Amino acid sequence: MSTVPSVGDVDTIGLYRTTIGKKAVMAVTGVALLLYVVAHMVGNLTIFSGAEAIDGYGRWLREIGAVWPTRVALLVCVALHFVAAYQLTARARKARGRYEHRRRVQGSYAARTMRWGGVILALFVVYHLLDLTVGWLNPNGVPGEIHANVVADFQHWYVVLAYTVAVLALGFHIRHGVWSATQTLGVTTSRVIGLGVAVVVCAGFLSVPFAVFTGLVS
Amino acid sequence: MKLTLRIWRQSGATGRLVDYALDDLSPDMSFLEALDVLNERLITSGQEPVAFDHDCREGICGMCGLMINGMAHGPEKATTACQLHLRHFRDGDVVTVEPWRAEPFPVVRDLVVDRSAFDRIVAAGGYISVPAGSAPDAHATPVPKPDADTAFEAAACIGCGACVAACPNGSGMLFTAAKATHLGVLPQGQPERYSRARDMVAEHDALGFGGCTNTGECTSACPKGIPLTTIARLNADLLRAHTTRSDR
Repeated sequence: MSTVPSVGDVDTIGLYRTTIGKKAVMAVTGVALLLYVVAHMVGNLTIFSGAEAIDGYGRWLREIGAVWPTRVALLVCVALHFVAAYQLTARARKARGRYEHRRRVQGSYAARTMRWGGVILALFVVYHLLDLTVGWLNPNGVPGEIHANVVADFQHWYVVLAYTVAVLALGFHIRHGVWSATQTLGVTTSRVIGLGVAVVVCAGFLSVPFAVFTGLVS
Repeated sequence: MKLTLRIWRQSGATGRLVDYALDDLSPDMSFLEALDVLNERLITSGQEPVAFDHDCREGICGMCGLMINGMAHGPEKATTACQLHLRHFRDGDVVTVEPWRAEPFPVVRDLVVDRSAFDRIVAAGGYISVPAGSAPDAHATPVPKPDADTAFEAAACIGCGACVAACPNGSGMLFTAAKATHLGVLPQGQPERYSRARDMVAEHDALGFGGCTNTGECTSACPKGIPLTTIARLNADLLRAHTTRSDR
């Protein structure tokens, strides 16, 4: 019997002390963040129904009181995800061998870039919040005028480029993350599932900047 | 055929790569036989031979383990270094040979590393506690064929350490998972299934191995082709061990 403090039947601290427990925290928080990302992506698509549709969607989210609970939950997930990743990375750096000559055998690009890709995503989220949430970096920058802010943003090729790079980084993170999370939680699924989710999320998010840039949405 | 072997030589805390040109090799030799040829030459000329681990030389003992041209056990899939033949190299190639490198596998000398960390993981739970006596009847405990196949696939692990050597995180998860799967799917292994997962993973972590990021380098380097599904199985058992009081 374990002697560490337990929450009900769950030996939380004992589990978190193991490398697999830290991975499980990353898997669960990663899945939660992915669910938010999918909901966010679907919400973005309301822009194709016109300015009133997406501005109204934004108002509705505030009216039902969904905004602040979601923000707090996301912040907790990101913090837990980051701390576990940091601890595992520090551990891996110490454990891994350094070879004079090393050739990679398998390891996909997505798998190799999880750590720095995650840091890039975090930096993008900061920019994204300052752009479309706070409005400081937005050419229009009026809170509540979601449609006008988005259209003002994606007139500029460099903003489109920044969002494209970030969304592709997100796609790679999801591609390995979905497969890795299921594996960590004890189910081996097909890697195709992660790829499919990544492609759908990328296509959904990228449709908005490109629709604005090409004049489809104005 | 001719090969230049660029071999890691180490007798103290640090070492370096040294080039050895060999021009009297046969393509039918195994990689270890090429090292034998080199060592005979070194001994005859009064030099210190290259230390390397080997035993059965038929790919089933797990003693030989070399990083050959940056790949664990060399370029051939599902092949140990002793079963790797020189015909897989081109005449005149320069071949880099290094020991396994990972924090829990300290280099003893040249290409020999201390892999007793694996023994400690097994000692932590990679066994079945049974009252020993005369051998039971073979059909006394029925084992479904799919379970027997899964257990056998995992039991093929020879504990060579290629998974750790190839892992970008220095993780011993494939080895640990192979042992946990091999015992955990058989009826005889059920009573200790979850405590085994908990104890072996605790020992794995305590020895300084890294965590798994599911990159799959281990399974492609594994000379026995142990699948990544074993790691998912170990993860499931470990999670259950820590979330179900009766299984602790």
